[in-house]
Amino acid sequence: MSRSHLHPTPPHLRAPYLRAPSRAAFLAIVAGCVLTLVLAGCGGARTAGGAASATEPRPVVVFAAASLTAAFQQIAATNPQLDVRFMFDGSPTLVEQLGARPDVADVLATADEVTMGKAAQAGLVAADQRLVATNTPVLIVPKGNPGRITGLDSSLAGKKLVVCAPAVPCGAAAWAVARNAGYDLRPVSEEQKVTDVLGKVTSGEADAGIVFSTDAKRAGDAVATLPLPGAERVVSRSVIALVTQARHPEAATEFIRLVTGDTGRAVLASHGFTLP
Amino acid sequence: MSRPSSAVPLPDWLLLPAALAVLFLLVPLLGVAVRVPWARAPALLATAESVDALRLSLLTCVGATAVSLALGLPLAIVLSRRDGRLAGVVRTVVTIPMVLPPVVAGLALLITFGRRGVVGSALSAWGIEIGFTTVAVVVAQVFVSMPYLVTSVEGALRAAGGANEEMAATLGASPTYALRRVTLPLMLPAVAGGAALTFARALGEFGATITFAGSLQGTTRTLPLQIYQIRELDTDAALALSLVLIVVAALTVGLSGWVARRTVRRRTP
Repeated sequence: MSRSHLHPTPPHLRAPYLRAPSRAAFLAIVAGCVLTLVLAGCGGARTAGGAASATEPRPVVVFAAASLTAAFQQIAATNPQLDVRFMFDGSPTLVEQLGARPDVADVLATADEVTMGKAAQAGLVAADQRLVATNTPVLIVPKGNPGRITGLDSSLAGKKLVVCAPAVPCGAAAWAVARNAGYDLRPVSEEQKVTDVLGKVTSGEADAGIVFSTDAKRAGDAVATLPLPGAERVVSRSVIALVTQARHPEAATEFIRLVTGDTGRAVLASHGFTLP
Repeated sequence: MSRPSSAVPLPDWLLLPAALAVLFLLVPLLGVAVRVPWARAPALLATAESVDALRLSLLTCVGATAVSLALGLPLAIVLSRRDGRLAGVVRTVVTIPMVLPPVVAGLALLITFGRRGVVGSALSAWGIEIGFTTVAVVVAQVFVSMPYLVTSVEGALRAAGGANEEMAATLGASPTYALRRVTLPLMLPAVAGGAALTFARALGEFGATITFAGSLQGTTRTLPLQIYQIRELDTDAALALSLVLIVVAALTVGLSGWVARRTVRRRTP
């Protein structure tokens, strides 16, 4: 008990920076810095080497809806001339970030036209918007359907349904399809992007979720898909546009051509998107 | 601030980076206050969504602080009297949630208390599911905020030393009696300060909540989640709510600092 007199400050609260650093610590820090410089140098050298053999990949920053993640990554990989840097998130989030810094991206692709319309209204993107693909909502359940869900019906009573928030394209689609079906949507959570809904269903945390048909396809065996009656009338049109203040407009235009061209269409189709 | 608390002179040039540090921390906070549409603020804060978020935040933070006190206080007292290797390990474990990225905390809670988690699957068998409920919000808040209570109270107990308790023991007091009549009254200010910090941290909890508890108005959508939800649709309302959070945080942390200073003054006349 009396030992506490000798330890007025617990060891973990004593300021370590007041002790003189040991020689070993100093050497470790120096070694770390040198290693960092060497690695950075190697990275630079590799890029320079690539430039010598062919034309250097041109950077282009693409903000794309979460639902386009897998397809867009595959499309970008087909053209090594473009160094595509992606940010995937909920469409409203992308528009908000673009609004805060209008030159942060070169290309914007949203999951529906409503969200793109907001960006266009704010002057963030060019008026010329190209249709990428269309998507329809589906109901998904975890593998094995533990909640024994049969559709947007009484089987959902007392079960955990997760959807996107109404302002996010996947949420707008979910509420529209429920409205058409005359079903009162009672989710336990409203997520900010479609991939969050998917995650909560694949992990089994939720009994059911409403996502785009392409997201359900991407999840593979982890989920089972139930059709939503009337979903074919709730079509979300993914659109892509050049950002007004794009810093890499040529590369951006090329990426948009790639997505809307034969290569892009083939990849999108393989991911389950419906093509115009 | 006006009177240097020590007679040892400081180099003047130190003031420049010190002032920059203050500006760097203060300007963004003032920026929120400047941008808030003050005339519309009452209306923005009176919407059902805002009121629900505010009520839920206060309710869950009071709950999280209560749980942290019930469990964290005994831990702080035990740790303050132990110096062994095990105590060192426990101290490290207690500190980890303070430095963990909140989303990692959320994932960790999910795979523990989620339906298929170690604890969650057992609870699920009993018909108890905490995912997507208000309880999940409190669990996330306790996980990230209790360490602040334990660390601050333990630090205060260490600084106070155990002389009074020893005296009580010499006079024949049982350990429980000494704890109740000597230790607890002396540590009350530290507990109040630690509880305020815990409350403030719980109030700001976001990452673990959105990962673990989900987001639904009135059930799991606390103030930070509500701000995240509306920030792109209604920036004005998001700013007004942000200001509420800043003010509440400033009040709690200020209170905690005031209590601590008062205690120090009383101890050292």
